[in-house]
Amino acid sequence: MSTAPASSRPISFAFLVQIVLIANSFIMLYPVVVMIFSAFKSTAEIFEHPFAIPNFTQVQNFARVLGETSMPTYFMNSIVVTGTSIVLIIVLGTMAGYAIARYESRTNTFILLFFLAGLMLPLKLAVIPLFILLRDLSLLDSRWSLIVTYTAIGLPSAVFIMAGFLRSLPAELEDAARIDGASEPRIMWSVMLPLALPPMAIAAIQNAVPIWNDFFFPLVFIQTDAYKTLPQGLTTFMGEYTTDWGMLFAGLTIAAAPITLLYIALSRQFIQGMTAGAVK
Amino acid sequence: MANVSIREIRKSFGPVSIIKGVDVDIADGEFVILVGPSGCGKSTLLRMIAGLEDVTSGEIRIGDRLINDVPPKNRDIAMVFQSYALYPHMTVADNMAFSLKLKGAPKAEQQKRVGDAAASLGLTDLLDRYPRQLSGGQRQRVAMGRAIVRDPQVFLFDEPLSNLDAKLRVAMRAEIKELHQRLKTTTVYVTHDQIEAMTMADKIVVMHDGIVEQVGAPLELYDRPRNRFVAGFIGSPAMNFIDGTLSDAGLALPSGAVLALHHQPPAANGSKLTYGIRPEHLQLAPAGTPGTIPAVVAVIEPTGLDTTLIVKAEGGSLTVVLRERVTLRPGDAIALRPVPEQSHLFDEHGTRIATL
Repeated sequence: MSTAPASSRPISFAFLVQIVLIANSFIMLYPVVVMIFSAFKSTAEIFEHPFAIPNFTQVQNFARVLGETSMPTYFMNSIVVTGTSIVLIIVLGTMAGYAIARYESRTNTFILLFFLAGLMLPLKLAVIPLFILLRDLSLLDSRWSLIVTYTAIGLPSAVFIMAGFLRSLPAELEDAARIDGASEPRIMWSVMLPLALPPMAIAAIQNAVPIWNDFFFPLVFIQTDAYKTLPQGLTTFMGEYTTDWGMLFAGLTIAAAPITLLYIALSRQFIQGMTAGAVK
Repeated sequence: MANVSIREIRKSFGPVSIIKGVDVDIADGEFVILVGPSGCGKSTLLRMIAGLEDVTSGEIRIGDRLINDVPPKNRDIAMVFQSYALYPHMTVADNMAFSLKLKGAPKAEQQKRVGDAAASLGLTDLLDRYPRQLSGGQRQRVAMGRAIVRDPQVFLFDEPLSNLDAKLRVAMRAEIKELHQRLKTTTVYVTHDQIEAMTMADKIVVMHDGIVEQVGAPLELYDRPRNRFVAGFIGSPAMNFIDGTLSDAGLALPSGAVLALHHQPPAANGSKLTYGIRPEHLQLAPAGTPGTIPAVVAVIEPTGLDTTLIVKAEGGSLTVVLRERVTLRPGDAIALRPVPEQSHLFDEHGTRIATL
C-alpha cells in the first residue's frame, strides 16, 4: 500500500473542518454584523434596507444614546458590578482553590463538595428568599445587591476550576521554591499564580459574560434608574407604542463592545487553559 | 562544603514507620548514594536532609550545626528533583537566578553567577529559552545549574536521571560525576538503580525497609555483601542463590551434587545454608564433572561483549555470564564449576557467614 491515501485523508478532513468552522463563524458573526450595521441607520432605513451597508459617518444614534439617555450611567453600573464581582470571584476563588488543592486537611473534601453543591443549585429558584435576605441586609436597590449575588453564583465554578488546576501542578515545584528560599505567600505569588493564569482567565470569562448580560437579578433587585445595569437599562428604549430601533442597536453595540474586547484579549489564555494537559 | 551526620533518624507517618533508626556519616566532599528498592525510605531520608519532611526523632547535622528544625532555605543546600521542577513560566536564566533574587543578591552578581554556571554546563546559548523549549537532558542540566549557582554546602539529588532515556542517562551519569570531581561539594544522591550507585558513588548506603543494610565503597559491597539482601541487590545480573545443607563432604545441593568447601564455615553440620555466587563466577565444565552443578541450558543471550546463559539447575534457574562466545543450544546438558574464593554462604537469617 502506498502512503498516498493515508496522507490525503487528513488533508480532506482538515478541509471539511475548515468549512464547518467558516460556516460557524458566519452564523455567529452575522447577527453581530447586522446589529452594528443597524446602529448606523435610522429606524426607517432599517426597515427599508435591513442588510445594506450603512454610511458609517452617521453616528447620530450613538450621539443620542450617549447624550440624551442614561446609557452612560447604565454602562458605568455594568462595569462596576461586573468588574467588582469578577475581582471578588477570582481572588476568593483562587484563595479557596489554593487552600483546597495545596494544603492537607480533613475538611478539604467537604469544603470542595460544599462549593460543588453550589454548582447544582440554580440561584434563580431561590430568588424570593434571596430578596428577603437582601432586604434584611438593607442591600436592596443598590449595586452591592448584584455584586454579592453574582459573587456567590460565580464562586463554586471558580473554586472548582482553580482547585482542579492547582492540584495538577507538581508538588516538587513548591519544594524547589521552598529550597530556593521562597516563603509560602511568595510561592503562591511567584510560582503558582503565574502558572494559574489560564484557568483564571477561564473562570473570569465564563463568569463575566453571564454577569454582564444578566437581566433577571437587576430586574428584581433594582428600582432606582441610577443603579440599573445595561440589559435592564436598554429595555427603557423599547417604548410601549414605538421603538427607536436605531438607538436600541447603537445601545446594544456599546453594550456588547467591552465583553467582546475582553474575550479577544483573554482568548489566548482561554484556549491555552482549555487545552492545557491535552498535549504534553 | 561540609560533612553531614545523621544520627538515629526515625520517621513515622501516623502509625506507619518509614525510617527506623538510620545512622549515616557523610564526609566533606564525599559523593554518597542512597540506594534501595522503592519504598525503602531513601527519598524520605533525603527530603528530611532537605527539610521538606519533619524529623520524627534523631539528629541531622550539616557541619556542626543541628538542622532538625531549620527551614530548608537556611540549610545551605540545593536539590535536584526527579521531575527537575523547573519553573515553567521563567526563562532558564530566571530559573537559575531565582534563589539569588530571593536572597536579594545584586543584579550584577546574579548575572555573573548564572553566567558562570551556564558556561560550565554548556547552557549559555539557552539562557533565554523557557523550560518547555528544552530537551530532557538540557532540562536536567538547568536543574543542576540552578543548584550550582547557590554554591551550597551540600547537593541533594533525588533520582535525577529516572526520566531520561537509557543513552542519555549514561551520558548524564558521567557528567554529574565529573561535576562533582570539579566542585568537590558534598553530595547525597538517591537512586533505585544500583548501576548508577556503583558507577558514581564514593560510598553507597544500601537501604531496605527503613533501615541501612550496609554502607561501603561500591566494590566492597559487591565483593563482600554483609547479607543476602545486599548480595542480591547490588550487581546486575543479580547473584545466584541455591539452598543447601552443610555436611562433612561440603555443601549438599538439592540435585545431590556436593560442592567441596575450601575451609570450614562457622556453622554446624546439617545446618541449612544459602549458597550465593555471581553469574560471572560460574564456569562451564563437561557434564558429569564431580564437584560441579549439573544444569540444562534454557536461554542464550549473546550481547557481543559477553554471553548470558539462563540455565535450569537445582530446582530453579541460574544466570551465568561468560566472557567467551559459546556454541551451546537450548536443552544442552552442562556443568557449572564455581570459581574458588568467590562464593558466599548465608545463614538462615540471611547474614553472610563465609566467603569461599
